[in-house]
Amino acid sequence: MTDYNLFSKAPEGDLYTKWENYKESLKTLTPEEANNYKIIIIGTGLAGASASATLAEKGFNVHAFSFHESPRRAHSIAAQGGINAAKNYKNDGDSVMRLFYDTIKGGDFRSREDNVYRLAEISKNIIDQCVAQGVPFAREYGGLLDNRSFGGVQVSRTFYARGQTGQQLLLGAYSALSRQMENKKVTFYPRHDMLDIVVVDGKAKGIVTRDLISGEVKTHSADTVILATGGYSNVYYLSTNAMASNVTANWRAHRKGALFANPSFTQIHPTCIPVKNDFQSKLTLMSESLRNDGRVWVPKKKNEQRKPIDIPEEDRDYYLERIYPAFGNLVPRDVASRRAKEVCDEGRGIGPTGFAVYLDFQKAIEEKGEDFIREKYGNLFDMYQNITDENPYQTPMKIYPAVHYTMGGLWVDYNLMTTINGLFSIGESNFSDHGANRLGASALMQGLADGYFVVPHTAMDFLAKEKPLKKDITDRAEFKEAEEKTKKEISKLMSIDGNFAVDEIHRELGKVVWDEIGMARNEAGLKHALSEIPKIKQKFWSNISIPGSEKDINQELEKALRIKDFIELAELMAFDALDRKESCGAHFREEYQTEENEAERNDIEYKYVSAWDYSENEQPKLFKEELKYKNVKLKTRSYK
Amino acid sequence: MNINLKVWRQKSGENKGLLKTYRLENIDPNISFLEMLDILNIKLVKEKNDPVAFDHDCREGICGSCGFMINGRPHGPQKATTVCQLHMRAFNNEDDIILEPFRAKSFPVIKDLSVNRKAFDKIISSGGYVSTNTGEAPEANSTIIEKENADEAFLSSACIGCGACVAACKNSSAMLFTSAKVSHLSLLPQGKEEGKDRVTKMVATMDSEGFGACTNTGACSAECPKEIGQINIARLNQEYILSSLFSFLKSRK
Repeated sequence: MTDYNLFSKAPEGDLYTKWENYKESLKTLTPEEANNYKIIIIGTGLAGASASATLAEKGFNVHAFSFHESPRRAHSIAAQGGINAAKNYKNDGDSVMRLFYDTIKGGDFRSREDNVYRLAEISKNIIDQCVAQGVPFAREYGGLLDNRSFGGVQVSRTFYARGQTGQQLLLGAYSALSRQMENKKVTFYPRHDMLDIVVVDGKAKGIVTRDLISGEVKTHSADTVILATGGYSNVYYLSTNAMASNVTANWRAHRKGALFANPSFTQIHPTCIPVKNDFQSKLTLMSESLRNDGRVWVPKKKNEQRKPIDIPEEDRDYYLERIYPAFGNLVPRDVASRRAKEVCDEGRGIGPTGFAVYLDFQKAIEEKGEDFIREKYGNLFDMYQNITDENPYQTPMKIYPAVHYTMGGLWVDYNLMTTINGLFSIGESNFSDHGANRLGASALMQGLADGYFVVPHTAMDFLAKEKPLKKDITDRAEFKEAEEKTKKEISKLMSIDGNFAVDEIHRELGKVVWDEIGMARNEAGLKHALSEIPKIKQKFWSNISIPGSEKDINQELEKALRIKDFIELAELMAFDALDRKESCGAHFREEYQTEENEAERNDIEYKYVSAWDYSENEQPKLFKEELKYKNVKLKTRSYK
Repeated sequence: MNINLKVWRQKSGENKGLLKTYRLENIDPNISFLEMLDILNIKLVKEKNDPVAFDHDCREGICGSCGFMINGRPHGPQKATTVCQLHMRAFNNEDDIILEPFRAKSFPVIKDLSVNRKAFDKIISSGGYVSTNTGEAPEANSTIIEKENADEAFLSSACIGCGACVAACKNSSAMLFTSAKVSHLSLLPQGKEEGKDRVTKMVATMDSEGFGACTNTGACSAECPKEIGQINIARLNQEYILSSLFSFLKSRK
């Protein structure tokens, strides 16, 4: 077993100038020199597309892989609300320092100071870049960029394009990527799943893929590999993630030696359309920006039967405004979600299942007018009405928390390199800069910061110290071995011939993970999960059915390969949540809470990043990266 | 509710296809259309039959993956709605529902209801961008854009690239898709510089990819799930004429 001494490799020195100084110290290559190197990038969402385009602009030959038919289909496209940047256009006292502090505090002091400061610093360049590409951000009547505020902060620093910010940013990155495809610097492989990482002499030098149309399993070699493969919310089965979002690329890297960090830090978004029936395939988010004008409430008494409109003010409990007078409806996501669960558990939830709360726009419509609300949130209101058959201009929305984002991911150092030399991880797929809870409008910021402005520098530095391969090395034994292993695994899955569709097992897994490793966790529940998951694993390996052939388009096989990894990940999440005997951010251990039901952090014993190794049959081993805070003072988060 | 599905089954682009009938009973009208197909597929898998292949991902109407013909209409009967946002309450008990892939020469069938739309990517990569490298951008607010233009550009840029416009058009023209991107960029000062070149190249790619000509029937906008308007086509034509005139005058110099 390998031992890891986790060290972020962030240089010493002044926080404010660290990244600039470090960048100057990194090695560079001319476009002519860069042309000797080949880079494989997996995933072409915001992080992957922006990294592919930027590295190609620098002269590298990029081979970009996606399971989608086009980069424009990546799940980044579904992000609604916005992207943060410390521009201080509103002159409301915002600054890089304030964005840095809000992000560290929002993450409940479980992220790395150096990375977060760099993120805040770069945020400004992202907006410049996107505007130059023609991203149509919302503007004021004077023609300048507009901003709005988002949960967990008291300044307006969020740039947006109606409720479709992710779409517009992704189309921007996709256009930059398309330009490099036209320049022949990027080769795009659509409909390819990555099924293994190939490590040669201790360095990541290639991948194994399956062509989703022909079924062909193939190897590809390169000088370095970058994973930009998103998050793993679908381990819960029901989440706001797109149907095909998965952990497989990350998990395969993890099995090859990339430590997995903070797997149990998963974000539950407070404003989603509630589950309605057993056939539900996914959950739909209603942007957090709605909490700027919407007020969250439940009836004061249990089993209230009146329609929301008939319930007078004195019988309503605007619980967020009551408990958190300073932030009100704009408390961070973890806090808003947990409080919603609490009022529903008390029996005051609404709707047919009792697991929902109201999000009410009546006051905003009265004060600002329906047109104002339509201009700001029109597409979200339409989407809501389409799904629920209820008109939110007339009756309050019903919402409930749902899994939305995963802060955990592959452990990376300051260069965004994993514990496998030469393997980088960017965007949501790394354990990222969000600590134990991500603030709204920060995911797009991080994906683009990593892709446009961080990894192009650090990957170039890595390559400048590497001799270019200059040829295909897939005839080496390491590649043959990985290819054979993948083919064997596929044949094994195809031969099971049992009685369950893969989706049925996935739903079963999701229920255990949601019940025991969801919004609130406790020791007994986590141990229960650890006893249930192996049974699900057993059922999967003995009783699934995949019709058709592996040498053909086979969507059931694609799902099976993903669910297999989700099952293993679920176990790791339980181990991680058990180890962390404190509550912080989205990780709420019921045993560790204050008298006011707030998270009780334990900085003396748990001020670390948990990074786990992989082991097939025994408990994985935990490695710790101690977090050091030199520029902020640790304190209890308060939004009161 | 009970429904009778007639689904186009085609093993691959090389094989011939045919419509197969499936009956589903006791379907909850509040589930989405794709959830109904999930139910069908689980049933088929449990019977050891090949499930129906169809593209889908976000199920929020934004990624553009889903799309096929329902009773002869792209994305089905409901206005401004992608298949994934369509619910079974849009149909009646005992309805016959016919599902076919988008039909267009430039969108070859991959399997069943799934088609290959990479021709759209080719149109974009031939000019659908502003040529700016990472790190070259000026301060964002140094570019002032009239709100009206920014809003119009947004409406054009809201295209999800699903291909319904092509499927709705009797000529299989990609004019609405192409014009939405041309409009988005020509409405903004950032996109003006390369405007003339862009429109020429994108239209040329549209032709070489085998899409048909536009005869202004307006079927594309009528069926577009994002309601991309005909004004985009007018803008493209204007850009195209200006560009042609410009190169003609230049050639006479």
